[in-house]
Amino acid sequence: MSWLHIFILFPLLAAVIIPILFKKIPRVHTGWFVLVVPLAVFIYLLTFLPMVAGGETAMYSLPWIPRFDIHYSLYVDGLGLVFGLIISGIGALVVLYSIYYLSKHREALHNFYVYLMMFLTAMLGVVFSDNMIVLYLFWELTSISSFLLIAYWYARRQSRYGAQKAMLITIFGGFAMLAAIIMLSIMGETFSLQALMAQSDQLVQHELFLPAMILILIGAFTKSVQFPFHIWLPDAMEAPTPISAYLHSATMVKAGIYLVARFTPFFGGAMEWFWIVTGVGLLTLLWGSLLAVKQRDLKALLAFSTISQLGFIMSLLGMGSAALYYGGGDEAHLHSMAILAAVFHLVNHATFKGSLFMVVGIVDHETGTRDLRKLGGLMSIMPISFTLALIGSLSMAGLPPFNGFLSKELFFTGALNAAELDIFRMETYGALIPIVAWTASIFTFVYSIVLVFKTFFGKYQPERLEKEAHEAPWGMLISPLILTVLVVVIFFVPNVLAHYVLEPMMASILPPLAGEFDIHIEAWHGFEPELFMTIGVVVLGAILYATLRKWIVLYNNMPRALSITNAYNSGLKGMESISRKVTDWHMTGFSRDYLRYILVIFVVITGASLFLLDGFSIDTANAANINGFEIILSLVLVGSTAMVVITRSRLTAVIGVGVLGYIVALFFVVLRAPDLALTQLAIETVTVALFLVCFYHLPRLREKEEGDGINVFNLIIAGAVGLLVTLISLSANGHRLFPAISDFYEDAYELAGAGNMVNAILADFRAIDTLLEIFVLCIAGLAAYALIKLRLARREQDENQ
Amino acid sequence: MFETVLLVMLFLLAIAILGGLYRAIKGPSMADRVIALDLISIMMIALIGVVSIYMETDAFLEAILLLGILAFIGAVAFGKYIERGVIIERKRDD
Repeated sequence: MSWLHIFILFPLLAAVIIPILFKKIPRVHTGWFVLVVPLAVFIYLLTFLPMVAGGETAMYSLPWIPRFDIHYSLYVDGLGLVFGLIISGIGALVVLYSIYYLSKHREALHNFYVYLMMFLTAMLGVVFSDNMIVLYLFWELTSISSFLLIAYWYARRQSRYGAQKAMLITIFGGFAMLAAIIMLSIMGETFSLQALMAQSDQLVQHELFLPAMILILIGAFTKSVQFPFHIWLPDAMEAPTPISAYLHSATMVKAGIYLVARFTPFFGGAMEWFWIVTGVGLLTLLWGSLLAVKQRDLKALLAFSTISQLGFIMSLLGMGSAALYYGGGDEAHLHSMAILAAVFHLVNHATFKGSLFMVVGIVDHETGTRDLRKLGGLMSIMPISFTLALIGSLSMAGLPPFNGFLSKELFFTGALNAAELDIFRMETYGALIPIVAWTASIFTFVYSIVLVFKTFFGKYQPERLEKEAHEAPWGMLISPLILTVLVVVIFFVPNVLAHYVLEPMMASILPPLAGEFDIHIEAWHGFEPELFMTIGVVVLGAILYATLRKWIVLYNNMPRALSITNAYNSGLKGMESISRKVTDWHMTGFSRDYLRYILVIFVVITGASLFLLDGFSIDTANAANINGFEIILSLVLVGSTAMVVITRSRLTAVIGVGVLGYIVALFFVVLRAPDLALTQLAIETVTVALFLVCFYHLPRLREKEEGDGINVFNLIIAGAVGLLVTLISLSANGHRLFPAISDFYEDAYELAGAGNMVNAILADFRAIDTLLEIFVLCIAGLAAYALIKLRLARREQDENQ
Repeated sequence: MFETVLLVMLFLLAIAILGGLYRAIKGPSMADRVIALDLISIMMIALIGVVSIYMETDAFLEAILLLGILAFIGAVAFGKYIERGVIIERKRDD
C-alpha cells in the first residue's frame, strides 16, 4: 500500500468525521476543516510532477480480489496526474469559495462536504485507476455523488428532476461502459489498462473491437455531455454554484474526455474511432454554441458553453487519433498537434470556466438573480467580478492575451490538418471540419460577449433585483482570482506548462510518439490561415452581436417538440405508460389468466424442447396385458371425469369426484397396493365430505356463469396439457435408464423386521419424508383452525362494535 | 376353469359399475346420483373380494371392511346434506 492509495481514499476517510465536526464545532464554518483535504492531495500530487515530466510512469498495485484479477492498482502518468492536479487544485479552490458562498447557519453543510469528499475520491480514483473494474467502481461513485450534489436542495422540484435526469443518463452510460469493460477483458484477458494497451495491435481484428469501442464511447459521451446526451447538464445547474463550477465544468464532465484520451492508444488509428469521436465532438461543439446564445439564465448559458467546449476537446481528440494511424513520422507529428490542442484546451477550460462559474455565483449571490434580462450595469458596482468575468469570457471566446487564444489557434491548426487527411475517406467530408469549427467559434464569441455585456454593461436596474448589488467579500473572490491569474499567466508562459503538463499528457495519449514531441507554443506565428480565421471570428462575431436583437427571434421559431429534452421527457412518459399498459394487460388479477400463462408456457417450453430433442418415443415392449374388466373400469374413470367437467351442478361434480376417487382406489387394488387403496378410500371420503361442508357456505352458481359455456381456448390448453403429460409419461415409461432399486427393499424383513414393505419404507428406510408429511398435516390443521377461529373472533368483535 | 369364472364375474361387476355411473350421470334427481354412488361402492366391495380370490391374497380384506363403512357414512352424509343443507350441525345451545 503506497501513499498514493491512501491519498486517493483520504477524502472519503475524512468524510467520516465531517458530520462530527459540523455538529461539535458549529462556530467555525466546516469548510475550513475540509479545505485541508484537497490541498493535501494537491501538494502530494505535485511531488509526482518532476518524475512524470521526465517521461517516467509509476504503477502501484494492491490486491483486492486477486482471484478475479481485480486489484486496487494505480497508474501515474501524464494524463492521470494532470487530471488529478486539476481535480484536487480546483477542488481546494471550490471548497474555499463555498466557505463564503454557503451560509453556515442555513445550509446542511455536513451533507454538502460529505458528498463533495465522496466525489473527490471518486474522481481521483477514476483518473488513477489502472484496473478497469476499479475504474468503473469510481466512475459510478462520481455519478452517485453528482446525483446527491445536484439534489442538494432536495426540497426543490427542479433539483430533484435535474438529479434524476443526470442519474439516469450517466448511469446508462456507465452500464454501457461496464459492458465494454467486460468485452475488453474477454479480448485481452486482463482488467489492467496498461496490459490491454500493450496488446492493442493484436486486438484490432478481434470481433469485439468495434462493439467495445462503441460502448466505451457511449459511456464517455454520456458523462461528457456529448450530443445527444448533453441534456442533463443544463438541468444539473440546479446544484449550488460551487458544485456547478467544480463538477459540471472542471472535473466530472471531463471524466468522459479522460476516458476517450485513455483509450485513444487502444482504439485510435481505427477509422470508426476517428469519425465517431470527431463527428460527435464537432456536432456537440456547434449545437452547444448555438444554444448557448439564446439562454437567458447565466448558469444555463455556461452549461451550454461547457457542452460546446467539451465537444471542442472531444473533436480534437478524434482528429489527433489519426496520428496513431501513421504511428510515427512527419504526418503523425502533424496530427499530434490536435492532441496538443485538446490537452491544452482541457487545462485552459478548467481554469476559465471554473472562474466564470464562480463569478456567476457571485453575481447571483450579490444580486439575487441570474436572469440576464434583469441584470445590467454592474460594471462600476462590482469592478473585480467584472474584470474576472471579462478575462474569463475573452479567454473562452479565444482572444489574446488569454490562454483560450492559444488553444483556439491550435484547434484551427488541427482542424485544417484534419481536413487534408487522405485516409479514412476524408476526401469527401474533410472540408466540413474547419467550416463547422469556425462557425462554432463565431457563436462561442457571441455568447461570451453576451455573458459580459448583458451582465455588466447597459443600465443598472435596481428595482428588478432582489438585493442591493454590491461587491462580493474577498474570500469569495480569491478562488476565481487565482484561476484568472492562471488564465493570463498561461498565455505568457505556455511553454513551462507545455513541458511539465502537456508533453506528459500527450505521451500518455500517443505512446508510440512518446519522447519525440517538440512542443513550442507561440502566440504569434506569422500570417497563417489560423490568424485570419481568428480575425474572421472576431469580426463576424461582433457583427452578429450587434444585430443580436434581429436574429435571436429565430430561436423562438425552433419547434419545441423537436428538442432533445422533450424527446427525453416524452420518452420517459412513454416508457412508463407502455410498461403500465403491458402490466395492466397481462396482470389481470384473475387467477384463471395466470393459470393459462403457466400452462401455456409449460406446454410450449416442455413440448417444444421435447419435440426438438426428439424426446417423444413410445416403446410398448415392456407393457403388461390388459383385462376386459380393466377396460371397463377405465371407461368408468373417463365417464366420471366427463361428468365432473360437463355438469352444471356442484353436487353432481362432487359425486363425480367421489366415483373417480373410488375407481382409483379400485385400480390400486387391481395393481396390488392394499395400503394405498385403504388410504385412498378414506381420504376420498373425507374430501368429499369436506366439499359438502364447503358448499353450504358458497353462493348458488349463477345461471350464466362464464365458465359454463365451453371456452375454446381453455379447451385447447387443457387438451394440450393432457396430451403432453400423456406423451411424456409414455415416453418416460419406455426409457428406463437404470433398473429399479426396489430389490433392496424386498429384504425388508431382514433389514427392518417388517413384513409390510410399504410401511417399512415409510417408517424406517425413508422416515424423514414421513416426518415432514406429518408436519405438513399439522400445519394444515393449525392453519385451518386459525383461519376459522380468527375470522370468527373478528366477526364477533365487529358485531360488538 | 375357476379363473375364467372369476374373470367373467369381474367383467360383470365392472359392467354393473358402468351402469351405476350411467345412473349417476343421467340421474334426474340428486338422490338418484347418491344412490348410484352407493351402488358403485357396494359393487366395488364385491369386486375387491373377487380380485382378492383371483390374486390369492388376503391383503385387501381391510379395504373391503373400510369401504363398507365409508359407503355407509358417505351415503348418510349426502342424505343429510340433501335434506338439511348441512352435514355437521352446530350445538343447540349456541
